[in-house]
Amino acid sequence: MIPVQFDYLAPSSVEEALAALAEHGDDAKIIAGGQSLLPVLRMRLNAPEVVIDLGGIAGLRGIREDGDALVIGAMTTHHDVLTDALVKEHALLLTRAEHQLADAQIRHRGTFGGALAHADPAGDLGAPALALGAEFVIAGAGGTRTVAAADFFVDLFETAIGDDELLTEVRVPKHTGWGAHYEKFVRVAHQWPIVAVAAAVKSDGGTITEARVGLTNMGSTPIRAHAVEEALVGQPATEDAVAAAAARATEGTNPPSDLNGAADYRSHLAQVLTRRAVLAAAGA
Amino acid sequence: MTATAEKPDLEIGRERRRKEDQRLITGRTRWTDNLALPGMLHLAMVRSPFAHATITGIDTEAAKQAPNVVAVFTGADLADYAGACINAWAITPDQVTPPHAPMPTDRVAFAGETVAVVVARSAAEARDAAELVDVEYAELPAALDLKEAAADTVLAHPDLGTNKSAYWVFDSGEAGTGGSADEAIEKARGDGIVIEREYRQQRLIPAFMEPRSTVVDPTGEQITVWSATQIPHILRFAIAATTGVPESKIRVIAPDVGGGFGGKLQQTPEEMITFAVARKVGRPVKYTETRSESLMTAHHGRDQWQKLTLAAEKDGTVTGLKVELTADLGAYIAIVGGGVPVLGAFMFNAIYKFPAYHFACQTVLTNKTWTDAYRGAGRPEATYAIERLMDELAVEVGVDPLEIREKNWIKHEEFPFTTVAGLEYDSGNYEAATAKAKEAFGYDALRAEQEERRASGDRIQLGIGISTFTEMCGLAPSRVLGSLNYGAGGWEHASVRMLATGKVEVVTGASAHGQGHETAFSQIVADRLGVAFEDVEVLHGDTQISHKGLDTYGSRSLVVGGEALVKAVDKVIEKARPIAAHLLEADVDDIEFSAGRFGVRGTDQGLAIGEIATAAFAAHNLPDGVEPSIDSEATYDPVNFNYPHGTHLCAMEVDTETGGVLMRKYVCVDDIGNIINPMIVEGQVHGGLAQGIAQALWEEAVYDDSGTLVSGSFVDYLLPTAADTINFEVDHTTTASTTNTLGTKGVGEAGTIASTPAVVNAIVDAVRSFGVNDIQMPCTPERVWRAIHAHDGDAPTEGAAAPHFTEETGMQGQTDRTDGAGA
Repeated sequence: MIPVQFDYLAPSSVEEALAALAEHGDDAKIIAGGQSLLPVLRMRLNAPEVVIDLGGIAGLRGIREDGDALVIGAMTTHHDVLTDALVKEHALLLTRAEHQLADAQIRHRGTFGGALAHADPAGDLGAPALALGAEFVIAGAGGTRTVAAADFFVDLFETAIGDDELLTEVRVPKHTGWGAHYEKFVRVAHQWPIVAVAAAVKSDGGTITEARVGLTNMGSTPIRAHAVEEALVGQPATEDAVAAAAARATEGTNPPSDLNGAADYRSHLAQVLTRRAVLAAAGA
Repeated sequence: MTATAEKPDLEIGRERRRKEDQRLITGRTRWTDNLALPGMLHLAMVRSPFAHATITGIDTEAAKQAPNVVAVFTGADLADYAGACINAWAITPDQVTPPHAPMPTDRVAFAGETVAVVVARSAAEARDAAELVDVEYAELPAALDLKEAAADTVLAHPDLGTNKSAYWVFDSGEAGTGGSADEAIEKARGDGIVIEREYRQQRLIPAFMEPRSTVVDPTGEQITVWSATQIPHILRFAIAATTGVPESKIRVIAPDVGGGFGGKLQQTPEEMITFAVARKVGRPVKYTETRSESLMTAHHGRDQWQKLTLAAEKDGTVTGLKVELTADLGAYIAIVGGGVPVLGAFMFNAIYKFPAYHFACQTVLTNKTWTDAYRGAGRPEATYAIERLMDELAVEVGVDPLEIREKNWIKHEEFPFTTVAGLEYDSGNYEAATAKAKEAFGYDALRAEQEERRASGDRIQLGIGISTFTEMCGLAPSRVLGSLNYGAGGWEHASVRMLATGKVEVVTGASAHGQGHETAFSQIVADRLGVAFEDVEVLHGDTQISHKGLDTYGSRSLVVGGEALVKAVDKVIEKARPIAAHLLEADVDDIEFSAGRFGVRGTDQGLAIGEIATAAFAAHNLPDGVEPSIDSEATYDPVNFNYPHGTHLCAMEVDTETGGVLMRKYVCVDDIGNIINPMIVEGQVHGGLAQGIAQALWEEAVYDDSGTLVSGSFVDYLLPTAADTINFEVDHTTTASTTNTLGTKGVGEAGTIASTPAVVNAIVDAVRSFGVNDIQMPCTPERVWRAIHAHDGDAPTEGAAAPHFTEETGMQGQTDRTDGAGA
């Protein structure tokens, strides 16, 4: 398990990192926590000439409030997101998802931004970020730009981040007081989800007033279940009502078929798990 | 006097922490891969991406020009040095056996087969250069599906003219051990019950923790081979027998070895290639496989279709069993290869008094990784089949599955019992183990809960699975092996060296790779010789130290190796006795040996065994004609196999909405005779259970239509972790074995053998009310879900698969990149 030889760069600022990217372009790969990149390198499935390590850029770490949003630095570890009080208060869905992401070792190494930028459709953070309407702050030579979650995930392992750009932080609109649940279906604990559903629900006296639902591994990107969200509004948080809305979870999906499940099975799971996620999020 | 520790209470039965664990757990010990010898070179293999292809050309020039590459060899270069990989067990005289060169010259027969090897000054440089070797292949059609291969539609080895390797039959009517199974089935079709099923034993990967690694140093008078192997002695024999290097010129060392589970019971092509390269270049060389290489090329396990016919009277009394197996050998016949299903042949009748039995097995060559022993080796397959069938029979008769077993099993007062397969079970008490398990399990309460959940149509259904297993272990009586055409014996060797300081060195021919031999054997010697546990050192795994042995597999180390040790210790005592009598100025007949001390009957005079050892070392005052040594050795050949048994009860919850399964409770009561170290036993049982449960629920080696291993990494080959298992309740009944001095039975494989059918029986039991009577292993949620909904028209699960890393990502799937086509 020896990677192809590569040069290692460790910039100490975003500017330096961008300069390195500009210089090496396609030949470079960014390493954040390395939990996805290193296995790929070691299996020689990818062979970049240069690896740019963002670990030395202090400014990319940490979580802060900024008005109606939480700002999570791209290099913040999963563990730090999981245990952060602000996240738990204002973006409980992320806490719930991080709790089920991989295992403790990976959560201490892997990063929030790295996982999102990797854009594995089976990754656990895409659907919650999409459901919460996160915005992605991307730095490039010309300054920074902000991309909505709906535009960030482009395709399998592909995002709106350009070859010469870096994801620096993720802005998550506060969902204070919302119930949340991440329903993940796996065969063994350390597995990527076969299907998972991220749900955040705002309720008033047992009635769902607003809902956000994201689907993991139901297509080439995380998918926002708009039809379900719309159907839930004004519904009581009961099994029957939520099940009726959850039946629409497969709209707009294109699930894969693999060792863990054929597409039709995944579609069935998406509906069941959506019902469960929403009910759990609503505290029902 | 000698500085020995004070003698404690009896060691046997004591929960000793394993003395080897400090170094094994911290990793601060000698593994093969952390050996570094002066001038050592490193190897990287170039492997075929095709399951079946003609090699039309190999261009090694670019690789040879790469930095710090010393040499690149192809099969033709090594042909005179690499020997051959042997099949030690031709199960029939007319077995069709493809020749197996460690590196082929003209044709590859499975994806992953080595076609060239790069020798470089560092492992990284060897790996880089391996990608520069340009191999041209002409792809051939591959024999992949087992049943299709058995029909010879595509040939795995065209020259052989058939894929059918051997057809092995046992018939109790012909053997005189019972009646005719065919007649019993015919009769049952008229007035009884016939259960006909076909079960699949999926292909598994042993997935030991330490990847295989070999270092060969050709610079001494003996060529020294370090290898992560279970079988240093057998490996030495195989190297000598196939390379022409005299056995006396070969030293094999298995240093600490990180697990095997049967997966390192092999003479591997990689070992032979490493040996050949070392001789070619005249320098020490090392090869350590990657995990991907290990999953792809280290031998796999199981992979059978089992066609089963059980005949019974209407009351559930079994009258006959017919077993027709098809077993996948893979591309070559491994060292024990076709013998694995034959080991199972004696176990399909299990703990039951079947009057008639017929077993037939067709072994088949395919273009997949070769198969061989994997924890249990033949016995898990047999136990699975019969324990699944007994549940089906219970359903047919309409009684509790424990009742149907009790009706058919051997009663405890009937031992020793000669089975329909011709084995003599020495001891057992199935009633006692079952009663104890039922109580610990809360059997009746769980059955009541199951009824409630069924009646209320609960989304979560509960099932109870039973496995009342036995197995044959302690491999093996040499005469029996001879009658089965196995190429070696089944004895074991031990020697005891009494050091001048009173310490004891024990040398065993068993070769531990994580089992805890050093601790358990020390306990045995401490009690029998009357010395302190701490004063015993157990040496193993080096043919220069342990010159004789048949190594570790088949739950043999304690019941065969331990018995050899007992006999060697007893010889030490007998050799010491006349010296003690001489020193104590007493008659030999008046000398008593007890708790490490030779005493003179009727007096308080005595000498410790350590004092006799010192006296023998000094040799100043020995009786005339007595040699100055009390060291002894013994080679023990077992007279019979060894038959642990037990009752395993498993409760599984099935989420009928998703097909997800959850283990609720697992109780096992194993009878493994007298226990040397309860902690080691518990560890063996826990690990064995996890591995057997993993076959039921998670593990499967899957190939795609072109013969590429799809489950080629731990992303897709699902091993459980502690997070996926529950707290097993492990208990025992004790019926001492009558065939060895200590009354012990093997335990290394018991948990694996017993647990798989218990889990699947529980799942099927949970969803039987939906019309389900089988779910193929591994029982994935999708398979369970489809079984539940089979009657509403959903298609069955296809084996088709896609790896997690896919081509769309630029991460080119699980394809091997060492052929030079990639990067």
